[in-house]
Amino acid sequence: MKKEITGSQILLESLINEGVDTIFGYPGGQAVPIYDSLYDYKDKLNHILVRHEQAAVHAAQGYARVSGRVGVTLVTSGPGMSNTITGIADAMMDSTPVVVIAGQVPVSLLGSDAFQEIDVIGTTQAISKWAYQIRSVEEIAWAVARAFYIASTGRPGPVVLDFPKDCQVGKGQYKPEKIDFIRSYIPVPEIKMKHIEAVVALIDEAKKPLALVGQGVILGRAEKELMNFVKKADIPVATTILGLSAIPSDHELNVGILGMHGNIAPNIKTNEADVLIAIGMRFDDRVTGDLNKYAKQAKIIHFDIDPSEVNKNVKVDISVLGDAKETLKEVTERMKENKHTEWRKEFIPLWEKEIDTVIRKEIHPEQGPLKMGEVVHKVSEATGGNAILVTDVGQNQMMGIRYFKYNQTRSLVTSGGLGTMGFGLPAAIGAKVGAPDKTVCLFVGDGGLQMSIQELGTIMQSNIDIKIILLNNDYLGMVRQWQELFFNKRYSETTMVNPDFIKLADAYHIPARSIETREELDDAIREMLETQGAYLLEAKVIKKGLVYPMVPAGAGITEILLDDK
Amino acid sequence: METTLYTITIFSENTVGLLNQVTIIFTRRGLNIETLSVSPSAIEGIHKFTITAFADRETVEKVVKQIDKRVDILKTYYNTDEDLIFQEIALYKVPTSKLLESGSVESIVRRYNARILDITETWTVLEKTGHYDESQALFRELSHTTGVLQFIRSGRIAITKSKVERLSDMLAEMKEKVNRKK
Ligand SMILES: Cc1ncc(C[n+]2csc(CCOP(=O)(O)OP(=O)(O)O)c2C)c(N)n1
Ligand SMILES: [Mg+2]
Repeated sequence: MKKEITGSQILLESLINEGVDTIFGYPGGQAVPIYDSLYDYKDKLNHILVRHEQAAVHAAQGYARVSGRVGVTLVTSGPGMSNTITGIADAMMDSTPVVVIAGQVPVSLLGSDAFQEIDVIGTTQAISKWAYQIRSVEEIAWAVARAFYIASTGRPGPVVLDFPKDCQVGKGQYKPEKIDFIRSYIPVPEIKMKHIEAVVALIDEAKKPLALVGQGVILGRAEKELMNFVKKADIPVATTILGLSAIPSDHELNVGILGMHGNIAPNIKTNEADVLIAIGMRFDDRVTGDLNKYAKQAKIIHFDIDPSEVNKNVKVDISVLGDAKETLKEVTERMKENKHTEWRKEFIPLWEKEIDTVIRKEIHPEQGPLKMGEVVHKVSEATGGNAILVTDVGQNQMMGIRYFKYNQTRSLVTSGGLGTMGFGLPAAIGAKVGAPDKTVCLFVGDGGLQMSIQELGTIMQSNIDIKIILLNNDYLGMVRQWQELFFNKRYSETTMVNPDFIKLADAYHIPARSIETREELDDAIREMLETQGAYLLEAKVIKKGLVYPMVPAGAGITEILLDDK
Repeated sequence: METTLYTITIFSENTVGLLNQVTIIFTRRGLNIETLSVSPSAIEGIHKFTITAFADRETVEKVVKQIDKRVDILKTYYNTDEDLIFQEIALYKVPTSKLLESGSVESIVRRYNARILDITETWTVLEKTGHYDESQALFRELSHTTGVLQFIRSGRIAITKSKVERLSDMLAEMKEKVNRKK
């Protein structure tokens, strides 16, 4: 008979069986047995000790987003578990595959308000793809296999495993499990050839087609298929924020970013195109603006893997359900080659307008204080489009997204759907662990950095080499922008009295430098990139900067505010 | 917005917390559940939910898709009353003495197509199967004539008039597809 091992060991064996090599976590009373077992698995499982459980999930998200693998988080019960909730919700919104394993009180105490007990399933069902409570040692390997299968297939998402302590210490035999079928779960809907043909007919006839690309293309590893598709029919490509890097920034067909702080050209042209081809995107309100004024003239095609996204926000003419890697290929094979030279030219004057009214002032200002855009632009140039961009939330995020460039896919990690301040620093840690050979640049605001600043400790302890660029405006800048533009400049609770960030970095032995002038910028970036290991570059930027262009919340997508000063 | 009473039918695995997974989707959109009935289906291990709620068609479509998307849900669909044969069951406990005094037992049982489930010296339990309006009408009449000591009405159960895909066929087909892929 095979040797019996503990439930904790079975958990770790099952994780290794899924190809896991990294865990982001934090121990506690109801997870001690797992951590005890982990002690013997140090050579196979790299555990990164974070400073707050929310960060453990964000780090797992960063890891998953850059590597395409499932991120793993391990925490204790009660407060350890509840601290992960923002991360789980963020992963759900942005379809990020993570598995969160939480210790739990022993089965015999469940429901009794035992010390550090919370109802994990009840609290996480609404924000996770699947949440499951393990109830016996025999179930562990099965539950882990199922968790990874669900998290990583179809439209990915977070899975929560609630793991009572008696199951951790109880003994049983370990038998590796592999799950690739669940009868109640259809990860990839079947392709309907009728729809493919209808789409081909529509695209063949289109005079002014525009592709709207979301993260679905990256999640579905369909970048090449997308490229073949748009090249063959000569279709301009606009991306959502999470769709960025699915196509290289400088590709001639790339016409920019959609939505509230996106580029003028793709937003305006959305309302002029005759056929919109949405691929793996979900018509978020930040992308569409007022739905009553959105693309009324266009026939809309929607490629998606998730049937519940079809007609959710925008009524479409044809939906193509399935894996974009396959559906795009089917469509590309059948459609004819085409040229849309005139239509594509129409984007150019709008780009020129944006350069004149917004971009030049932002990335090449001749005088005055440093601007966020110019810092981002310089860092992007210095890293040659090969770095991974991680952002926090706010003006820093929008500027990072607008002015950073990418050559390769999976080069952007940002909190899109939930817009979670504090996401950036831990996500950057995870991104570096997931892509150790890449330079990881984090742009973060003074507000957001302080929402997870404790993670500087993680960076110190685990020697994480990330470049932190703090765009410090001493304001909760994005909220201040709304107050300036829409609330009569009543700056209610948006000024920040900030600490000395350089001293803070110093306390964690992280080299740091603060700059305030244009003249220092190049040298500071050079120093940052040449430094081995983590580095904090504080750029004291203009205090009352504004992110333009801007489509105000609730306005139509073509009602764009520009910098008219 | 114009709302209609929709009947939503769900087939699911019988896992812990499933009802919560379903109801939170109604909660998010602020939809009230009018009736709910959950019971094992004919297939072992698979449960059937019948839920009624007032909603507009667009909303009910989205809700159904979002329920269907949950990992443990096998199939979800919705119907309006025209598509369905449906019933609820109601039980009425009335004082036996009053019932006998009124002299209308026979007539009530006949007119409402009700039946007597149990009689003791002190109380009698009547059962009525039918639509909401019918069981409500009987409730009103009993309230006037005998008084009602206790009353309970079940959630709706329903069967579609059209021929629908049978769940067992669907399961077999899915299994076959997966096997073919391998
Ligand atoms: C957890 C959380 N709380 C509040 C907000 C609302 N919010 C969005 S942007 C922003 C300001 C961010 O300030 P800062 O981090 O300094 O970045 P800046 O906009 O100045 O670049 C706030 C408060 C949020 N997105 N997330
Ligand atoms: Mg700020």
